[in-house]
Amino acid sequence: MKFAVIVFPGSNCDHDMYHAVKEILGEEVDLVWYQNSNLENYDGILLPGGFSYGDYLRSGAVAATSDVMNQVKVHATKGKPVLGVCNGFQILTEAGLLPGALMRNKKLSFMCHQEELLVENNETMFTSGYGKGEIVRFPIAHGEGNYYCDPETLSSLKANNQILFTYQNNPNGSVENIAGIINKEGNVLGMMPHPERAVEALLGSNDGLKLFQSIVKNWRESYYVTNA
Amino acid sequence: MLQTHEISPEQIETEKLYQGMGLSDSEFEMVKTILGRLPNFTETGIFSVMWSEHCSYKTSKPLLKKFPTKAPHVLQGPGEGAGIIDIGDNQAVVFKIESHNHPSAVEPYQGAATGVGGIIRDVFSMGARPIALMNSLRFGNLTTDRVKYLFSEVVNGIAGYGNCVGVPTVGGEVQFDDSYEDNPLVNAMCIGLINHDDIQNGIAAGIGNTVIYAGAPTGRDGIHGATFASDDLADDAAKDRPAVQVGDPFMEKLLIEACLEVIHSDALVGMQDMGAAGLTSSASEMASKAGTGMHMNLDLVPQREENMSAYELMLSESQERMLLVVKKGREQEIIEVFERYGLSAVAVGHVIEEKVFRITQNGEVKAEIPVDALAEEAPVYHLPSQEAKYYQEFQKIGNKLLKVANYGGVLKQLLQQPTIASKEWVYDQYDSMVQTNTVTGPGSDAAVVRIKGTNKSLAITTDCNSRYIYLDPETGGKIAVAEAARNIVCSGARPLGLTDGLNFGNPTNPEVFWQMEKSVEGMSAACLALGTPVISGNVSLYNQSKGKAIFPTPIVGMVGLHESTDHITPSFFQEAGDLVYMIGETRPEFGGSELQNVLEGRYQGKAPAIDLEVEAKRQNQLLHAIQQGLVNSAHDLAEGGLGVALAESLFADSLLGADIQVAGDATVELFSETQSRFLVSVKVEQQEAFEKVVEDAIAIGVVTADGKLTIRNKDDIILSEEVEELVNLWKGAIPCLLK
Repeated sequence: MKFAVIVFPGSNCDHDMYHAVKEILGEEVDLVWYQNSNLENYDGILLPGGFSYGDYLRSGAVAATSDVMNQVKVHATKGKPVLGVCNGFQILTEAGLLPGALMRNKKLSFMCHQEELLVENNETMFTSGYGKGEIVRFPIAHGEGNYYCDPETLSSLKANNQILFTYQNNPNGSVENIAGIINKEGNVLGMMPHPERAVEALLGSNDGLKLFQSIVKNWRESYYVTNA
Repeated sequence: MLQTHEISPEQIETEKLYQGMGLSDSEFEMVKTILGRLPNFTETGIFSVMWSEHCSYKTSKPLLKKFPTKAPHVLQGPGEGAGIIDIGDNQAVVFKIESHNHPSAVEPYQGAATGVGGIIRDVFSMGARPIALMNSLRFGNLTTDRVKYLFSEVVNGIAGYGNCVGVPTVGGEVQFDDSYEDNPLVNAMCIGLINHDDIQNGIAAGIGNTVIYAGAPTGRDGIHGATFASDDLADDAAKDRPAVQVGDPFMEKLLIEACLEVIHSDALVGMQDMGAAGLTSSASEMASKAGTGMHMNLDLVPQREENMSAYELMLSESQERMLLVVKKGREQEIIEVFERYGLSAVAVGHVIEEKVFRITQNGEVKAEIPVDALAEEAPVYHLPSQEAKYYQEFQKIGNKLLKVANYGGVLKQLLQQPTIASKEWVYDQYDSMVQTNTVTGPGSDAAVVRIKGTNKSLAITTDCNSRYIYLDPETGGKIAVAEAARNIVCSGARPLGLTDGLNFGNPTNPEVFWQMEKSVEGMSAACLALGTPVISGNVSLYNQSKGKAIFPTPIVGMVGLHESTDHITPSFFQEAGDLVYMIGETRPEFGGSELQNVLEGRYQGKAPAIDLEVEAKRQNQLLHAIQQGLVNSAHDLAEGGLGVALAESLFADSLLGADIQVAGDATVELFSETQSRFLVSVKVEQQEAFEKVVEDAIAIGVVTADGKLTIRNKDDIILSEEVEELVNLWKGAIPCLLK
């Protein structure tokens, strides 16, 4: 499976994502600069964390209007996996690929530490490797991770099982403790916690590895089904 | 206010306007001799910043020469943007510490943020990728709104810059004392990783080569910042706010990536960041080092504001700017790299044979100065030194015994002292994990960062107990280096070298100069004894306000190497049943201790003694024991002595406890701050092997599973506390003080 890590000016978790996929997961991956890029040959798109465009205007707002995001939308409509982490999640909501918005943390300050997450739905291409209700430890590192959506959107997220991860101890004020959601079609995941920072026990947790392994496993299975 | 409009050379001399820029009468005479004429307004400004303490080290140079700076593994000592140490496999570690004290006192957010930005540029201008940040902060006690504001905004500024730029802040330290009330200390350290072949030098070699200006345009911010940093902080310092720069970490992030790309081009000759004294210092230093000259056309310099004078352009300290020297004819390939990152890069001049720094604007020569005059020929002062009056009094007081009755109560009080209390409130605001190398983040003796693609890792610490240095600068200087090395060794690494951030008061006060002199001598002795050369550093003087100097605070930033990540050792107890040892004996030494502060509200008497031979022996033996896999955890004994160290060793997210036996005077055993001591835990089956390696280890108890800290003296239980309660007090102290 071949991944693209999209690099915007100011992305700073791009190399971390690249390292996790290439060295730990052992899959093919390229760092793809946001300009003059062609995503057609990639199977999975990864939008990394960081401060694209310095968070100017609103976090993710400028990157969401870039040409490469149009290609990401095309990629998404084909049902291929898209994962946005932290600033990547913010970009996905700004681009309209996921509902809701990420506001400043309730405490107003940036926070960085390990958080326990509950796997709410393990029947997706991103979470099939986890048990339902499994508790995992991922780092968070954000100033604007306070997820908000209106009540109608929230009921529809719930009705469609779009909430994949919730915080055990809500650190940022997110509605319903939401840490990560998918789109209705189930192939676009946005989450504030960093799975790519949780792939090696040496660094404190490898609970994130299963997320990447799930993507690869499900892609392989569907690939063989469609191409058999 | 400093005047920035054009004034005639004669007027500068007759009205002594140079004094307002920071030049003394004799320095002005030197300038006249060097030039053979009167300097014009721009030239006077250039000399005054380049000869400021911040740029020229004119009063500290004689002292800095005392530091041992050489060792076989030192690839670059002091003098360049940052020092470099070989770590094998064609790799090297680059690091430096820098202060941003005065800007932070006036505008704490931007002062701290641009301090971080500046030190990062020092490291990547050497060609290294910045992989970690540390910081060492000092504030007054958290009792006034002003101090609380300074503290929270400095932390906010460090977070705002470091988080965005994508370099993890992996550790540091914060201490509080009244002496820093109006003059906080903000010292930032950056650590970079480099391949030997990528090491850059900031030189302007090759006559005819092109000088390229890259990054942010120049504005009117930070003009005369270096001069501002080289004077006492005035009561009305807020009017100096224009001397504070404004940072843009997004621009810096782009600059890092672009610069680390151009270092691989053989079109690049030299690169240097524009830090203190901006264009002036980067250009003149690059030419001086290469033995060349430089001509720069200011009309070509990107400008953020209209009608900027030559004076303003040359002295601005606008951030996120780099100066490059590129082979003639190959400018475009370098410029294209910057443009891909959305940055402007333009040719502004060229290298000339004549060793002068010539600046033109609108076709007129605005300054023409021999390059060596600015960097090499700056005046050097040998200031008078006089033993501080208080010193003999403190020596006479000696080691006064302190006595407490309620050990548990005192321990709880100590754990809530802001200097000892958990700094989680601070470091939770820093991204300590980006770049995915952080094995041990903030909150331990030393941070640990692994090196991808190898089995090695780096240990990093910053430390300085200024209370000991105040009581006895020489002994305190030794302790500062020894304690930093202790932190590194506890993490399982071998100390490699250090960078020093020397923060003192006004050096023209002979007693302050004496503090500087003695502490540098003490530090140097410890560097020699422990094999840790000084490879870079920074001097920040005039840290005083209302006539009162800060405690002498020479901060040590030290880096060590784990040959194998298997050697990485936590500072927390790991498993119930492990044996607890203290390495080293305890003497009654309360001078400068936290207990003295709690009981008497002041520091006096003798600083704890230190024997560097004993220190070196214990550090070596402990490191050997760790490398042989005989140690489960190691923590150095510092502020608050054994009592605090025991509690801290239990503050991991586990439910462990400890049952400890002390002999003799329990106040001394628990709270004395005798040096060269360690607290370690060892598996029972390793007992014999461990005791064989570490001579001075004394068995004092055992790790338990009951979540309680129990301390016995003979048959009595003298302290029995729930660890959970201690943790809560320790963690809650700073948030509570900030409310």
